Amino acid sequence: MTRRPPLLEIDDLSVTFRRRNSVTRAVDGVSYTVAPGEIVGVVGESGSGKSVTVLALMGLLPRRGVEVTGRVRYNGKDLLSLSEGAMAKLRGPEIAMVFQDPISSLNPVVPIGVQVAEVLLAHTRTNKSAAMAESVELLRRCGIPDPERRLKEYPHQLSGGMRQRALIAMALACKPKLLICDEPTTALDVTIQAQVLELLKELVTDAGTAMIMITHDLGVVAGLCDQVNVMYSGRIVEAAPRTELFGHPRHRYTHGLLASIPRLDAPRGEPLHPIPGTPRDTIAWSKACAFAPRCVHATDECVRPDIGLAALPDSPADHPVRCVHPAEVSHG
Amino acid sequence: MVDTDDLLVVEGLEVHFPIRSGVVVDRTVGHVKAVDGVDLRVPRGRTYGLVGESGCGKSTLGRALLRLEQPTAGTVTLDGVDVTRLKGEPLRRLRRRMQMVFQDPLASLDPRQSVQSLMIEPLRVHEPRPAAELVARAAEMLELVGMPRSALAKYPHEFSGGQRQRIGIARAMILNPELVIADEPVSALDVSVQAQVINLLEKLQQEFGLTYIVIAHDLAVVRHISDRVGVMYLGRIVEEADSDRLYAQPLHPYTIALMSAIPIPDPEVEDSRERILLRGDLPSPANPPSGCRFHTRCPYRQPTRCDDEVPRLRVIPGRPGHRVSCHYAEQILDGAVQPAASLVIEAAAG
Repeated sequence: MTRRPPLLEIDDLSVTFRRRNSVTRAVDGVSYTVAPGEIVGVVGESGSGKSVTVLALMGLLPRRGVEVTGRVRYNGKDLLSLSEGAMAKLRGPEIAMVFQDPISSLNPVVPIGVQVAEVLLAHTRTNKSAAMAESVELLRRCGIPDPERRLKEYPHQLSGGMRQRALIAMALACKPKLLICDEPTTALDVTIQAQVLELLKELVTDAGTAMIMITHDLGVVAGLCDQVNVMYSGRIVEAAPRTELFGHPRHRYTHGLLASIPRLDAPRGEPLHPIPGTPRDTIAWSKACAFAPRCVHATDECVRPDIGLAALPDSPADHPVRCVHPAEVSHG
Repeated sequence: MVDTDDLLVVEGLEVHFPIRSGVVVDRTVGHVKAVDGVDLRVPRGRTYGLVGESGCGKSTLGRALLRLEQPTAGTVTLDGVDVTRLKGEPLRRLRRRMQMVFQDPLASLDPRQSVQSLMIEPLRVHEPRPAAELVARAAEMLELVGMPRSALAKYPHEFSGGQRQRIGIARAMILNPELVIADEPVSALDVSVQAQVINLLEKLQQEFGLTYIVIAHDLAVVRHISDRVGVMYLGRIVEEADSDRLYAQPLHPYTIALMSAIPIPDPEVEDSRERILLRGDLPSPANPPSGCRFHTRCPYRQPTRCDDEVPRLRVIPGRPGHRVSCHYAEQILDGAVQPAASLVIEAAAG
């Protein structure tokens, strides 16, 4: 499958948080692209920088004490150099975002319908009654039963799955070309998660929306995403199309992670192979592989600086890995 | 039937919470039936897994077994002693035999107590001895869960989530309990750390012959650790079987849908399996549906019996130990009853 020209290109994006006496590089030289109709997954644990990357490109990080470098091109425009006003015009009709926790992203004292209509009123030429009618349609399309009644309800009256759907309806209100989902199903039960994922999948197929899916759940990525980026401690450590990534994980972190999680379809009684240590055991970002302190294959070479994200001789060119001692290619 | 090998026997357990209303006159206007008639048996040295989605009553059930919640009806028998009617000193003495591991160790460990103080607290309550002995025991216990002795002088916030959970486990184990109830023991942890804690729980079980009840929403974790699994829906167990049997062939429509909804980290499996979607959300446990409680969302719902006749949890003929509460379990097994086509998502075209 040849990839279409990308809608969004993130190139060497870095985010540094400066406080009085500490400097944290949350994102370090991240690059990836998203094309229309494509779902790009970003997997990583808490603190890996997967959310900060997209907050930076949306211009949602505070200005003070935060330094963002690199380039983000959206449809030919450089997002990082846009004014706040120009960026606000893009958010909604062009790029929309679905957050993890719907109860803290929705306004608790405004009815759901008004919150959805608000987006339409802000970005399109429409009047209030037309916007409300449109919200009913949106909520219905997002699988909310009896939307006319739900429109008047407040967020606390809805269940978790409903709230998440209302949030998706808001994000879809202006038919964005790029949808960024930050852990959209993490707060939901699995059966509700399946409903929401199905809805998102339909969207991409029907409207050709480009999507970034941020999650810690490898299972969600396996079923949904075309392209997967694995992040660890602020960097992409491995990137590949999904079948390649899950079939032949090469980075020791990805490899270890897949071996450590119990699978529903694997024979029972097989011992799990945990990764030692915790994600906090990293070495300073300026030096080498952040996973080395937890890696059983680490050698002195792993602490040399500038280990790049590069294609390996025995893997396809679209499967770059940032590892000195990659896992063997598995056969079968 | 009295089987002496069962450490824990639960019969007809109910926990109903009153819903109160009124400003001047406090009236009870209804009950939330969090646990509504649960029977289960856990043999000594085994692990029983309880799965279900949020609000199904699995945590309340776990708490009621330890008498952290007062059951409104039914009995819980630990090693022949009815826990539900004990009070005072006998209850206190029984409590040391059953301990709990909580989901969020940051919330369940007092932030202002050092690890040493946290660890010896249960010992001080249950077996007062000279302080030096208690500290030595605490250090020994920490070592067992893979923590250094130096941890004793630290406070909970100084540890990572996985380490805190180890402390929580050490604290539960320090009294040498027989029954340990673990409520979502790994779901608050980072993915790469979960396997460490699962392996630790298994190691401790082998070493001390512990009996576990593991409560979790993650079916893969429960399957890995449990010998027998019960699936809960709206306060009741809807299906129960040995772990392998249940996962190989679930028979209750809820279990079938739940399993098909779990994402598997393998694109080939994901593309080739079919998914059964459930409609809507969990009904309110204050006003559960009539008949089979699952009929409002059931993809296999039939025009007769489902809406008005309550199914019993019964053993399916030819499948020993496999209990299902569905009128049509046999028909689902032999394929005579199929899910509604509109709710089945076909496998993606290869």
